Amino acid sequence: MPKPVLVFGYGNPSRGDDALGPLLVEYVQDHCDTDGIDVLIDFQLQIEHALDLEHRELVLFADASVACEAPFELNELEPALEIGYTTHALHPASVMAVYASINKQRPPPCFLLAVKGEAFELGESLSASAERHLRQAESFIEALLQNPRPAAWRSKKFQSRPLFDKIRT
Amino acid sequence: MYEHLETADNPENLRRVAIDPVSRVEGHGKVTLLLDEHDRVKQARLHIVEFRGFERFIQGRPYWELPVIVQRLCGICPVSHQLAAGKAIDQLVGIDPDKLPPSADKLRRLLHFGQVLQSHALHFFHLASPDLLFGFESQIGKRNVIGVLSDYPDIGLKGVKLRKYGQEVIRVICGKRIHGTGAIAGGMNKALTLEERDYLLEDIDQIIAWSEEAVGVIKKVHCSHLPYYDEFATIRSNYLGLVRPDGALELYHGGLRVRKGEGETVLDHVDYCRYNEVIHEEVRSWSYMKFPYLLALGKQDGWYRVGPLARVNNCDYIDTPLAEAARVEFKAHGGGSMVHSTLAFHWARMIEVLHCAESIKHLLHDPEILGRDLVARGEKRFEGIGVIEAPRGTLFHHYRIDENDIVTKANLIVSTTSNNTAMNESVRQVAATYLSGRELTEPLLNNLEVAIRAYDPCLSCATHAVGKMPLQVELIDAEGHIADRMVKHGDGSLERADDA
Repeated sequence: MPKPVLVFGYGNPSRGDDALGPLLVEYVQDHCDTDGIDVLIDFQLQIEHALDLEHRELVLFADASVACEAPFELNELEPALEIGYTTHALHPASVMAVYASINKQRPPPCFLLAVKGEAFELGESLSASAERHLRQAESFIEALLQNPRPAAWRSKKFQSRPLFDKIRT
Repeated sequence: MYEHLETADNPENLRRVAIDPVSRVEGHGKVTLLLDEHDRVKQARLHIVEFRGFERFIQGRPYWELPVIVQRLCGICPVSHQLAAGKAIDQLVGIDPDKLPPSADKLRRLLHFGQVLQSHALHFFHLASPDLLFGFESQIGKRNVIGVLSDYPDIGLKGVKLRKYGQEVIRVICGKRIHGTGAIAGGMNKALTLEERDYLLEDIDQIIAWSEEAVGVIKKVHCSHLPYYDEFATIRSNYLGLVRPDGALELYHGGLRVRKGEGETVLDHVDYCRYNEVIHEEVRSWSYMKFPYLLALGKQDGWYRVGPLARVNNCDYIDTPLAEAARVEFKAHGGGSMVHSTLAFHWARMIEVLHCAESIKHLLHDPEILGRDLVARGEKRFEGIGVIEAPRGTLFHHYRIDENDIVTKANLIVSTTSNNTAMNESVRQVAATYLSGRELTEPLLNNLEVAIRAYDPCLSCATHAVGKMPLQVELIDAEGHIADRMVKHGDGSLERADDA
């Protein structure tokens, strides 16, 4: 039986800052209490990942982003069809939409932790800025997982970036 | 056939339209069209922005890392790269493919069948079926997997579950879904347990039944739209792929066979370690991707197609009964000769899904699949070549190492490169036949993407950061100014940009 919380990091570890999602999940594996938490890593999101949302109470996707503000953003997602211009780019909101289509019900609450990246070339390591953002995101995700409830994650404490430093201290 | 549309005589006097990137293919590609004042197509090209740096990424690594490292080249078919690299490094430890322990050989085949099944299922149900079920020029908001799940829930759900099953085969054999470590030099690193075997057996009959239904779906779609489906993007080509010594369809290990468009066999059972004597690659100034051709037929006529259509065309039979019956029907559709319809790629792809499902069941019932003698060793060599039939076609990995076991040379020919000329020919056929002289609209331009998608090109760009890869269509006048620009939004709608 799946555990109630899923942390799902995705990205290609060999493409520079694209590794941010998988690295965050590795941090969770090594440093967080994973009782009640399943972790998952994949290169990219695909249709069958909708099945990984089944029987969950809460899902956290972790990904690199060129669009978010540094160092990271946490946002709750709604099921939505985001047509990927390339098929390896299913957005988590689309995975939720596939879930809703298959199961004829709303998916569990899903959040996206997007960590700012900038360089994605094959064979590159993390950029210096991504390295900094990762360290900050690690502290943040640790705090998130100490309180794995949708209501808590929706609270100002986690949604408002100026408070992030207070959480870390 | 449509080579006259590769390079226009006076490009400076023509308008340019770009589809960048092409959607629902793996990675980043773009199509450019040059049009005259009457909107007649004078030049059509498919450009691929990829593959640079692959060899550099590999060189300097110890050879035993290769099966794991090369999986990171591509997030779509990592297992194909793992197995091609695995076969190559077998030779580096002195083991030829036929000397692998039987249990290791069967485990690799099981892994490969799982990979091909999930890859083909993803392509057909997620990428291709929206076009096939709703029509190439149907409303764009409908042409996606959610549209399929909404209007054809049964088909859509089976697609998701077929894909999931293939991924489970990979996970069980490699230990996890990605970055698994199944193939190692001279064999495999983990035996299949009885529990794992029984777990995979639980659903296999259902998977076979769904695969058979999928063949029925594509056959019905194809035959309901004749002669359009037989003619759309269709080109006469040569076909290349592996076959078994007895001529059977072979995905993991065999000899190279080439057949011409008329069915005449040009090469047969050629040892793939001699691939350099058979295939050369041509560079053209306008594309990052090379253009391979068969030396025996020359640059002009030697281009060829690989992948499901080539394999099903080339083989003499398939060794699983349901897939063989489907192949016989497929060939009958072509009057017993080679089937050239580009859209028949989809039909052939589903025949292979059925073959994979049947083969998985057969292997799971083979007692040797549970064997624990998994590694063989011989005398070190300095060169290894591994070739398999990846989901998209023949995949070549070629490595040289030094005394310290470090890779000094790597050469990869991936399936999409082999199909480069063919995809361009199909693009030109569609541009000349369906677009020329008409006002370009998104539904019309989708015809070009349908032609490309039939090949299931993998542009190996397994990076996806949120916010990257916007789609813009630009119309550029003869002076190089942007005359018109359209932006494609996340919901698939198109909007004319104000700044054009």
